[in-house]
Amino acid sequence: MCSPRCCSAAARAKANAMNFDLSEEQKMLRDAAQKFLRAEYGFDARNRIVASETGMSREHWRRFGEFGWLGVALPEAHGGFGGGMVETIQVAEPMGAALVVEPYLASAVLGAQAVARAGSPAQQAAWLPGLASGKLVLVLAHTEDDSGHQLAHVAARAAAERGGWVLSGRKSGVLGAPWADGFVVAARTAGAVHERRGISLFMVGAKTPGVQVAGYRVYDGSRAGDLLLDAVVLGRDALLGVEGEGLGLLEQLIDIGIVAACADALGAMGALLRKTVEYTGTRKQFDVPIASFQVIQHRLVDMFAAIEASRSLLLMAALHAEHPDAAARSRAASAAKAGIGERARFVAQQAVQLHGGVGMTEELDIGHYFRRLTLFCHLFGGSDHHLQRFAALRAAA
Amino acid sequence: MDIDFDAEDLAFQREVRAWFEANTPPELRRKTITGEMLQKDEIVRWQRRLDAQGWLVTGWPQEHGGPGWTPTRRYIFDLERAAASAPIGLSMGVIMLGPVLMAFGTPEQRAHYLPRIRRCEDWWCQGYSEPGAGSDLASLKTAAVTDGGDYLVNGSKMWTTYAHWATHMFCLVRTAATGKKQEGISFLLIEMDRAGIEVRPIVSIDGEHSLNQVFLTDVRVPKKNLVGREGQGWDIAKYLLTHERTSIAGVAECKALLANLHAAAAERRSGGRPLVEDAAMRLKLARAEIELMALEYTNFRVLAATAAGKAPGPESSLLKTMGTAVQQTLSELDIDIAAEKAWPWRERGEFGRGRYAHAMERYCYSRAATIYGGSDEVQKNVLAKMLLGGGAR
Repeated sequence: MCSPRCCSAAARAKANAMNFDLSEEQKMLRDAAQKFLRAEYGFDARNRIVASETGMSREHWRRFGEFGWLGVALPEAHGGFGGGMVETIQVAEPMGAALVVEPYLASAVLGAQAVARAGSPAQQAAWLPGLASGKLVLVLAHTEDDSGHQLAHVAARAAAERGGWVLSGRKSGVLGAPWADGFVVAARTAGAVHERRGISLFMVGAKTPGVQVAGYRVYDGSRAGDLLLDAVVLGRDALLGVEGEGLGLLEQLIDIGIVAACADALGAMGALLRKTVEYTGTRKQFDVPIASFQVIQHRLVDMFAAIEASRSLLLMAALHAEHPDAAARSRAASAAKAGIGERARFVAQQAVQLHGGVGMTEELDIGHYFRRLTLFCHLFGGSDHHLQRFAALRAAA
Repeated sequence: MDIDFDAEDLAFQREVRAWFEANTPPELRRKTITGEMLQKDEIVRWQRRLDAQGWLVTGWPQEHGGPGWTPTRRYIFDLERAAASAPIGLSMGVIMLGPVLMAFGTPEQRAHYLPRIRRCEDWWCQGYSEPGAGSDLASLKTAAVTDGGDYLVNGSKMWTTYAHWATHMFCLVRTAATGKKQEGISFLLIEMDRAGIEVRPIVSIDGEHSLNQVFLTDVRVPKKNLVGREGQGWDIAKYLLTHERTSIAGVAECKALLANLHAAAAERRSGGRPLVEDAAMRLKLARAEIELMALEYTNFRVLAATAAGKAPGPESSLLKTMGTAVQQTLSELDIDIAAEKAWPWRERGEFGRGRYAHAMERYCYSRAATIYGGSDEVQKNVLAKMLLGGGAR
């Protein structure tokens, strides 16, 4: 299922060949997000949220919902904005620049899109309005201890029993898990652990008996957790999409998740470059600003070039996010993840290096961007994984 | 060209290996493998144990309590110690101040401080960097002004590792404001319990507290605490920077970490298969190992040249840039292998004892390696001067 707005953006870009301009609406979305986050989500405010018991500001989350950011790619009928990936990245990038810890990627992209793409009318009615308004958090639980980022590696099992399902297994590294009202869980209804067929997705309420969350604070300030599912009894209507055919949706979700995560990373990279240019222009050693040294200038230029290439890859991937050919879509997403991942690491490391000692301190925001980008590099699989995926898909094409 | 160990060296290797096997506390071993920070009392106890064996100040001459080993023996010792996941356990006092006092100290200073360093009675921190003096260290401003038979010291030192644990600080201070800025610097020993010293913690991006800022306000220091002559501080600092080359390269630590990475990659799974079977992971491990070989043999060559009487020069800068690059690569590989196991922020308790619980801490702090002890950029300036002679600016 294609969001019409995204397809039209892709089509427009193709038709005009060289038109990469944002529409007025898209620009407004981006400007509004930037403006609000700069004013209301400064570094100190953000650190108070991270240090709080829950580690999330429900107040901010509701505001994000009011502004329409959480439903930006959800259908208008369910309180959304009816946009697509191009709209999503207009919101995700400023969130990365502001180090937002609330589960935009985990819930507004992965969780909400799972339901928007595969949910029954009843599932959509139950979840989408609450997800769009910021009342609910729904996250994707697909990885397991031994899976790495092989999406077909699903060991958790769901058995059809008494007219419903009984779910058992463990999920690890579930983004936003401690905040979730519900989980979209990948479990096997048939087949062996690696088989592409036989994976199904289930809607699991966080309070369902047998569901246990071991949550933790992540190095980037967000929260995640491991999910223990111990004979969780679900109704027949908990199945999301077609039984045994969940992998295709999972791949689609991860691909759009990658694009959103790349936009977030680009926001963080841009902030680092801005701050590093400013710092090296004011920090004096040998009686001159260190930015007057050519080695520093060239490093800054390398960071700048890395960011420009990343923006290009992001745009490419966003325009392929709804491509009807799944292989083309996945290749675009993997290209972005591999290409931007490497560059994110470089920009993060160089920002710390050029700040010297102060870049190593918890007090300054540089290290927080560094950690966010470090986590991004591993999210949904590292660069090596996506290089291999890209190459394999090319060979198969 | 001969790098084989002779029969006596091999016997020595067996002895050292057996001792570390038998004597390394499991808790220290676990922390060394996982990258968890050691606490002061753990380090002190460990150092005293090594000293009781006569193996703490391995780089010191015999007259000051060193074991009198050949460079080969020292190399074997370091390898075996690291391979046993025993912490390096060396302090600033052993590595840095000891050699300085031997070269520049008065007989009284040596007689008083060296045994105390060896027995870990004093904990020394290094007071070099300042808020305004980082890569341009010679612009440091902390001033020591003569007041009767004392100096009055005022200023601030930055990034002072373990200042909060230290009983003493060796410090670069300005004793003259005129002339070339390097020439007005002196090397001064300051007891940390003197009035006017305040230590403020700096939490680093690994979430740990090892760094500090030290404020000195009218701190009275007797002139007998001056090392060398007034104005000789810069030469002493340079001597010190080029002195301990083997520890700069960190070959033994890197070899041990690489072995741990192989073990971790065999244990962790991706797609249900051991990660070590993943082609990209194998290439990464292979590449890191080859870089480490290049480092190790460069280190050998420098050691051999120095043993043959060649004065230490810019090679230490080369070893530092090569060594820190390898260290950073390895710590990065560790979080690659750990993946989401490295996500949880400073978890303690049972999780905190896990193999990957401190991988992210180690990676984050490894970024400091190209900043402290002369940044990568400063080391490259030194090397450029060597290459270009007077032509390099």
